[in-house]
Amino acid sequence: MFGNITIGQYIPGDSPVHRLDPRVKLFITLVTITVLFLVHTMAGYGLVLLFILGAMLLARLPVRFVLRGVRPLLFIVVLTFGLHLFMNEGRVLFRMGPLVATYEGAYRGFAMSMRLVLLVLATSILTLSTSPIELTDGIESTLAPARLVGVPAHELAMMMTIALRFIPTLLEETDKIMKAQMARGADFQTGGVLQKAKSLVPLLVPLFVSAFRRADELAMAMEARCYRGGQGRTRMKQLRVGARDILAAVGSTAALVIVAVYL
Amino acid sequence: MEEIIRAENLVYEYGPAGDGEHAALRGIDLAVMRGEFVAIIGHNGSGKSTLAKHFNALLLPTTGAVRVKGMITSDPRNLWKIRQTAGMVFQNPDNQIVATTVEEDVAFGPENLGVAPAEIRRRVREALECVDMAEYVRHAPHLLSGGQKQRVAIAGVIAMRPECIILDEPTAMLDPAGRREVMRTITGLNREEGITVVLITHFMNEAVQAGRVIVMEAGRIALDGSPRRVFSQVETLRSLHLDVPQVTELAYELNKGGAGLPADILTVEELADAITGAGSGRCAGAEEMRAGTVDPVDGRADCRGRAAAASCGGR
Repeated sequence: MFGNITIGQYIPGDSPVHRLDPRVKLFITLVTITVLFLVHTMAGYGLVLLFILGAMLLARLPVRFVLRGVRPLLFIVVLTFGLHLFMNEGRVLFRMGPLVATYEGAYRGFAMSMRLVLLVLATSILTLSTSPIELTDGIESTLAPARLVGVPAHELAMMMTIALRFIPTLLEETDKIMKAQMARGADFQTGGVLQKAKSLVPLLVPLFVSAFRRADELAMAMEARCYRGGQGRTRMKQLRVGARDILAAVGSTAALVIVAVYL
Repeated sequence: MEEIIRAENLVYEYGPAGDGEHAALRGIDLAVMRGEFVAIIGHNGSGKSTLAKHFNALLLPTTGAVRVKGMITSDPRNLWKIRQTAGMVFQNPDNQIVATTVEEDVAFGPENLGVAPAEIRRRVREALECVDMAEYVRHAPHLLSGGQKQRVAIAGVIAMRPECIILDEPTAMLDPAGRREVMRTITGLNREEGITVVLITHFMNEAVQAGRVIVMEAGRIALDGSPRRVFSQVETLRSLHLDVPQVTELAYELNKGGAGLPADILTVEELADAITGAGSGRCAGAEEMRAGTVDPVDGRADCRGRAAAASCGGR
């Protein structure tokens, strides 16, 4: 039942992209996203697509797997394209009853869809090539300066780590409770939406109770191991930006900025 | 010998203090020496877990005092030093692992203490070797067995270089194989690393492996002594709703039938030797028990008759 959950999906590897500092990868992803919102020509989109495909190949990610991540987006892409196609003024492409499709609409619709797909591709390369822990460390370290203005960087990172740690545990538990309820005659499959939602109550209540109990015990275990927030804490894994990271950051930023400015 | 934990007239009450009605601990006086292996037993609600949480300053006494290496737990300034000195392992292995990989989790304690990165790496490696989990460094904790998770939790405590480890029913949620793994790790820590161990348990065969057994009852210490001395008091333990190790119980029942065995038998080997020694050496059950083929409980009735007969023949 939970086989298709892709949260924190990460494909381990030892490619140049995998080895990049997570902060550099975060930075490049941000730049790519920004550039995607700035370009407005077909050539521009083409070049960003080339850049993303290049990164994907360099990360040695299975292309089909990456593309599968776009599938949930299909509906939105089609809707976006359709809306643009029929809602723009311009030269008539074809008519469908009262709806008029235009060349301009088709062009814009295509550009918009492209933008959406590229956005998802860019971010999925980041998550697929960076382990959740590295990503968390990267976010914590990137947000560290923001702590001065009250952003709880360490706390956010700790929350992410604990969430990632407990996702499999809680999924397992959900499965167990579900089976226990089914053994006693509960039905999670049939009925309308309302009926189905109702049948989830006996699943969610014990799950919540147990999650709170776990949280309580975990908090005690963390305190017993001297956890007292981010202050005075060191990390075993130190993030280090090397020559390779600087090269990657500067190179891709320069390329993307040129695309954004000229196209 | 040097004291590492001392409790003086320790009283702990839940809810409003002073009425004595919600007291979980009612005046505990106790000293644990450096290098000791102490097992604390008692039935549910006897206060054994509450007592354990005082040794790590997770709970503070209502009245009385607890000192860890001379540091009083009620002083907040001592808190982190105490928790580093006396590490704690809990019952549920799932709810005490913080990080998404084994090495990150073992590193959690030292990271909190502000240890330098290179030193953390060394400690993590050493701690995992110590619990025999070195090959699982990069594994995700939820894919490990219960016994392995509990050993990771123990490694997480060892990496903080404690002088004393308090384990609150660490084997309660494990299968027999996991229980054995964890007990082997704990006894190893005590014997080879010289770490003081306080083990809360309700498995009598685990308590037998300790050097000292403390029996708790209704917030007080009922018995305190070597496993041999404590478990030979079968009647007292029964009145406290506690079991004695199966072999000890068997010897006790045999003696009721007039077998004339020593009262302080703790292991199958001892009983087998006692029976062959006490009787004429022809007790068929003894050989089988030595080989571990007869379950002492199922074999009880059968062997009692034989041993009684043997002892009669022997005298």
